[in-house]
Amino acid sequence: MVQVRNLVFARGERMIFDGIDLDIARGSVTAIMGPSGTGKTTLLKLIGGQLCPQSGSITVDGENVPGLGISALYKLRQRMGMMFQSGALLTDMSVFDNIAFPIREHTDLPETLVRDLVLMKLQAVGLRGASNLMPNELSGGMARRVAMARAIALDPMMVMYDEPFTGQDPISKGIVVKLIHELNAALGLTSIVVSHDVQETAAIADYVYLLSGGKVVDQGAPDSLWESASEWSQQFLNGEPDGPVPFHYPAPAFRDDLIGGGRRA
Amino acid sequence: MILDPLQRLGRSGISFFGRLGRGNVFLLQTLAGLPALLLRPGLIVRQIYSVGVLTLLIILVSGLFVGMVLGLQGYNTLADFGAEESLGVAVALALVRELGPVVTGLLFAGRAGSALTAEIGLMKATEQLSGMEMMAVDPMKRVIAPRFLAGFLSMPLLAAIFSAVGVYGGFFVGVGLLGVDEGAYWSQMQANVDLQDDIYNGVIKSIVFGFAVAWIAVFEGYDAVPTSEGVSRATTRTVVHSALVVLGLDFVLTALMFGD
Repeated sequence: MVQVRNLVFARGERMIFDGIDLDIARGSVTAIMGPSGTGKTTLLKLIGGQLCPQSGSITVDGENVPGLGISALYKLRQRMGMMFQSGALLTDMSVFDNIAFPIREHTDLPETLVRDLVLMKLQAVGLRGASNLMPNELSGGMARRVAMARAIALDPMMVMYDEPFTGQDPISKGIVVKLIHELNAALGLTSIVVSHDVQETAAIADYVYLLSGGKVVDQGAPDSLWESASEWSQQFLNGEPDGPVPFHYPAPAFRDDLIGGGRRA
Repeated sequence: MILDPLQRLGRSGISFFGRLGRGNVFLLQTLAGLPALLLRPGLIVRQIYSVGVLTLLIILVSGLFVGMVLGLQGYNTLADFGAEESLGVAVALALVRELGPVVTGLLFAGRAGSALTAEIGLMKATEQLSGMEMMAVDPMKRVIAPRFLAGFLSMPLLAAIFSAVGVYGGFFVGVGLLGVDEGAYWSQMQANVDLQDDIYNGVIKSIVFGFAVAWIAVFEGYDAVPTSEGVSRATTRTVVHSALVVLGLDFVLTALMFGD
C-alpha cells in the first residue's frame, strides 16, 4: 500500500530522515515507533502530502505523493483517514457535525443518508449517545474516538493514527487498542500507528519499524523485536533510562564544570 | 560588534519582505477561493453574522456618541460665526467623508479583525486546519475565503450605519438640546452633501479599509506561530497594523479624492 524509498527530509540544518525505506503492507497494522522528536508525526505528514521531502519517493496505492498536483493529492486524501494526536475536532461543530463534515464536503448525499452514515460510524466507536455533545464536553479518550469515527467517515483505504494512546487512562487506551484492531479487520483497512507506547502498539501491530536519528534502526514483527540483538531496540522496548541513548545530555565533564566556578565555555 | 546592528537590520528587513511576499501570495490564494463560495452562500451568511452583525452594537453606540460630540463641538464653533444652522452639513460631512469610514475601520479591526485572527490562529494551533487538509478540504476555500469576504462586505455597511447613527446623534444634541432649527439642520445637509464627492468617496474609503483590515486579519491568523503566545502576538499585530494601515490609507485616499 505504502512504499517509502530513500526518503530524505530536513528542517533547516536539522536532518529528520536520512534515506529511510519503509513498506506498509495492504491490510496490515504497521507501527512506527521511536522516541519523541524522531519525526514520527513528520513521516505521517510526508505520507499525507502535507510536507514535501528533499529527495526520495513516497508511493501510496501506486501514486507518487510528492509528485501529485493539488487536485490529485486531494483526491488521494479522500481515500486516506488521519487521526491527529489532539483529535483536531472542529470546535464550533457538534460531534455529529464533525463526523458529517467530510461526508457533506465530498458527497451530495441527502441529509437522511448522512445521518445514518454518521450514526453508524458513531456506533462503531461506541459514542452514538454523544452525538449532540460539543468537542469541549468530551474527555480526551472520547475526543480520540470521535476523531477515529471521522477518520473512517469516507470509508478510506488507509488510516493513519498519530500517537493514539498518549495521555489516555488505561480504560481509554484499551478501547482505542481494540478499536484500531477491530476497525482494521472489519473495514479491510490498512493502518499506520505512530506511537511510543510499546505494550499497546505491540499488541495490535503486524509489523513494527523503530526509528531513531533519522534512520530505521530496527524492524520486524513485534515478537521478533523483543529478541533483537540491537542494544538500542532493547533499551527502547524495555524503557531503560541509560544505554545507547544516554541519560545525560552532552556536556563537559561534571568535575570541570564544578571547578570552573560557574564560568561557561 | 559594528556588524551586529547591521546584521539585525538586514535580518528584520528580509523577514519583513518575506512576510509581505507571503501575504501577497496568501491574498491571491484567498481571491482564487472566492468563486467557489458563490455556490455556498450559507458559509458567507454565517460569517457575515459573526463578523458584521456581532460588531453592530459597538458601531451603533460609538456612532451615536461621535455624532453627539460633533454636534456639540460643531455648534460651539459655528455659533461664534452665527452659522449654527450649518450644523447639519458640518456633522454629515465630517462623518461621511472621514469619521464614518476611519472610526468604523479602527473599531472593526479591534472587534472583528482580532476575533478573526484569534479564531484562525487557534484553529491552526489545534491542528484543525491540518485536519481539514487531510480530509481533502482546502482551508483557504472553507475557512479563509468566507471570513475574508464577510469582512470585506460588512465594513462598508457598518461604516454607513455608523454615519447614519452619527447624524442622528448630532441632531439630538444640536436640535434637541441646543435649539438649532430642525428644518435648517436637514435642509442644509440635503443641499450641501454631494452624492458623488462625499457619499461615494466615503463608501470607496470604507471598501478599501474593509479589504485591508480583512486581509490583515485572516493573514495574521493563518501565519501565526501555532502556540498561545504566537496567537496572542498575531492578534495584537492585527489591531496595530490595521490601525496604521487604515490611517495611512485614509491620508492617501483623502489626498487623491479631495486634494485638487
